[in-house]
Amino acid sequence: MNNSSSTRRSGDVILDLRAISLSFGGVKALTDISFDVREHEIRAIIGPNGAGKSSMLNVINGVYRPQQGEIIYRGQHLRDMDTHAAAESGIARTFQNIALFKGMTVLDNIMTGRNLKMQSNFLMQALYIGPARREENAHRIKVEEVIDFLEIQHIRKTPVGRLPYGLQKRVELGRALAAEPQILLLDEPMAGMNVEEKQDMCRFILDVNEQFGTTIVLIEHDMGVVMDISDRVVVLDYGKKIGDGTPDEIRSNQDVINAYLGVAH
Amino acid sequence: MVETNKQATDTFPRLLQQHALTRPTHPAFREKHLGIWQTTSWADVETHVRLLACGLAALGFKRGMNLAVVGDNRPRLYWAMAAAQSLGGVAVPLYQDAPAADMAYVLENAEIDFAIVEDQEQVDKLLEIRQTVKGLTHIVYDDGRGLRNYTQSGVHSFDSVQALGKVHDQDHPDFFQQQIDLGQTNDIAVILYTSGTTGKPKGVCHSHAAMIATGHTLIEFDKVSANDEVLCYLPLAWVGDFLYSFAMSHIAGFCLNCPESPATVASDLREIGPTYYFGPPRIYENILTQVMIRIEDASAIKRSLFYYFMRVARRVGLKLLDGKESVSLIDRVLYSLGDLLIYGPLKNVLGMSRIKVAYTGGEAIGPDLFDFYRSIGINLKQLYGMTETCVTVCMQRSGDVKLDTVGRPMTGVEVKIADGGEVLVRSPGLMVGYYKKPEDTAEAIDAEGYFHTGDAGFFDADGHLKIIDRAKDVGKMSDGTLFAPKYIENKLKFFPFIKEAVAFGDGRSSCNVFINIDMEAVGNWAERRNLAYSGYSDLASQATVYELIAECVEKVNADLAHDALLSGSQVHRFLILHKELDPDDDELTRTRKVRRRFISEKYAILIEALYDGRERQFIETQVKFEDGRQGIISADLEIRNTKTFGATRKAA
Repeated sequence: MNNSSSTRRSGDVILDLRAISLSFGGVKALTDISFDVREHEIRAIIGPNGAGKSSMLNVINGVYRPQQGEIIYRGQHLRDMDTHAAAESGIARTFQNIALFKGMTVLDNIMTGRNLKMQSNFLMQALYIGPARREENAHRIKVEEVIDFLEIQHIRKTPVGRLPYGLQKRVELGRALAAEPQILLLDEPMAGMNVEEKQDMCRFILDVNEQFGTTIVLIEHDMGVVMDISDRVVVLDYGKKIGDGTPDEIRSNQDVINAYLGVAH
Repeated sequence: MVETNKQATDTFPRLLQQHALTRPTHPAFREKHLGIWQTTSWADVETHVRLLACGLAALGFKRGMNLAVVGDNRPRLYWAMAAAQSLGGVAVPLYQDAPAADMAYVLENAEIDFAIVEDQEQVDKLLEIRQTVKGLTHIVYDDGRGLRNYTQSGVHSFDSVQALGKVHDQDHPDFFQQQIDLGQTNDIAVILYTSGTTGKPKGVCHSHAAMIATGHTLIEFDKVSANDEVLCYLPLAWVGDFLYSFAMSHIAGFCLNCPESPATVASDLREIGPTYYFGPPRIYENILTQVMIRIEDASAIKRSLFYYFMRVARRVGLKLLDGKESVSLIDRVLYSLGDLLIYGPLKNVLGMSRIKVAYTGGEAIGPDLFDFYRSIGINLKQLYGMTETCVTVCMQRSGDVKLDTVGRPMTGVEVKIADGGEVLVRSPGLMVGYYKKPEDTAEAIDAEGYFHTGDAGFFDADGHLKIIDRAKDVGKMSDGTLFAPKYIENKLKFFPFIKEAVAFGDGRSSCNVFINIDMEAVGNWAERRNLAYSGYSDLASQATVYELIAECVEKVNADLAHDALLSGSQVHRFLILHKELDPDDDELTRTRKVRRRFISEKYAILIEALYDGRERQFIETQVKFEDGRQGIISADLEIRNTKTFGATRKAA
């Protein structure tokens, strides 16, 4: 784990956010925020509660449309991207509050992540004939790879609602991975986990990044985790960017220390 | 049975070659990959082993070297052991969850140059150890996940070593066969490190001859054939896995099934349906607990059906299994009906439908537990042995099973009881010695070739061996009768309400005990009776709980009264401790064994109170909390007298 971060290759800028402002009525959620994400890197967004972290993710995958600013993804200006377009262009995400289908098995939940890759139409899938059948087999292999990768073989056939929280988080990551994303947005992947679960999740995130070269943007509260696994960190406070740099730079940035890590009184 | 051309099959590599020749397409290994069982035939296994062995040789593995193997039960790790043996080397499987310090000690002691491990976790661990331990140069991993960017020297993937081996094999086509031909049956095949509750782990060296001879004995004993199925799920480093999985499959030619992951063992068991099974009592207990929990959740009809047929099973099943007593036609019909409705489906769910023989050993098994499995038609039997003797000292013969013995000595095994009661063993499966520890070896194996087991036991009237305790713990009561604390403690612990017990009596006139209640079981019991309690200490001090435990103790006394040798050890007085015995407070070892001496010093005041007839005793105890803080808990403990069964006691 230690040496993988040092040798990780960061590529060109894949996602560039320029002067993003987002407001809901009179409330300014984000004000003039610019930062970029390079290919293959792990980019963390940190900040106190209400700083606009989740809003930022929502802007990236098209849930919110910023009133000002532009998003350049792989050289293309995306002003009016919606969630569907975002998913099709290779952006997958997990949610702060788990958003899985509780009554479905782990396998089926992860299979839904393959939805966009399915070619056959609804009727053929329902009848399970011809190409739909072959297609499902191919997708199943992919899903099994994800299951193997996340080490959740033992709960393959378990309904998600019966699983403990930490495992549900892992399944959600699995569903995002099944879409074979270019960019993976993780909204507090380790919230509410114990130390061991956090370590596991860290390892999975690093492994995803290393094995598949997936670019990862994550929001996380645990400073230890952020400093350990990210390549670069952007810090938000009250909707404004107050810091941007490597973990070491952030650690010594006075504004950040004041806003987030606390001021000594 | 296997063709017994002795010359050709006296080492494991030769056995492997023989299977590749005689049953090339027969499955040798099965492993689940991406949710589907993948089979490797004996011929393919030979090819894999050949390539790996040649690859290792190309990297510099020489005759007589030791190969460390660390990981879960993966086919490739078994092939690694076979490859080492093919080259005249020794397989040294290690416990993968051992602390780095212990592992470092073993790697240093065994002078390991090469290690084959499962995944990144172990590679990291070994790389860390490599900084301090000289010699360890090559680390080969099976699963390459997360290892792509490792640039350290000597870290290889399994595939790359096999690729090296392919080239080496093409350049030196005779090399592999020559190496196998050089192998001698008395060469060391495997070194198994014993966990070592006292001091450093010791490496137990077993020759090909010892393992193969033992394997043949076992195969004959239970008529094992190539068509049997075994699920290997116990640690590679444990002697039982090497014997029951590796050695026996090499002899009989049956298929080894490797679980997908340690967490999927239960479902894999069901999918494979093994025919030969070994598990420590703990595993059988867990399975039964799972079953009972689900039964309690089932509908009333199902539940009553289950309990009715389980009563039938208890009455009839054991007799049918042993085949000694006659069973009435009505009972037979009832039992068949039960088999159709309850036992059959239950065994199917547990993955035990096809079990011919199942073994348990290592610890005493509770009577209810033992009878449960046997009554539903699972031929569960007990055995006795240790790493040094290739397990296999005594085993229960089918149809000749007793709860509290471990059976008769196996063919070729001589068992003798020393004057002090210690069990001595001489057998073809006896170890060659402890690795690089001649003094320890000399201490363990006497001049006549008997191994001193350190266990105390005796033969009962039918010639079955009965193990009662560790020899060093066995004492004498003041009237000279035998006192075996663990035997009494085990009897107490078979009650679900009693979690831990510590018996005193050495050099004293009577046996008295400390008891720890099982928080879960007693808590449940209390809830059903609407007893309010705030925590362990509170629950443990309630009068009704004392009643409950007193009943258990008296049942044990009644049972002991029947035993001529041990009836003197009936429990006269007991108390329920105010705190749970805990490894953090040094009262138990990490493997949860009672540290007798420490406890008797720490709680000297309570022991005194037990023996001088006091009815209550106040005590203050220092405890360590989980977060490292220290605290004091105090309690005023009640001491109870229990009924003993005097008449038979005097007779002893």
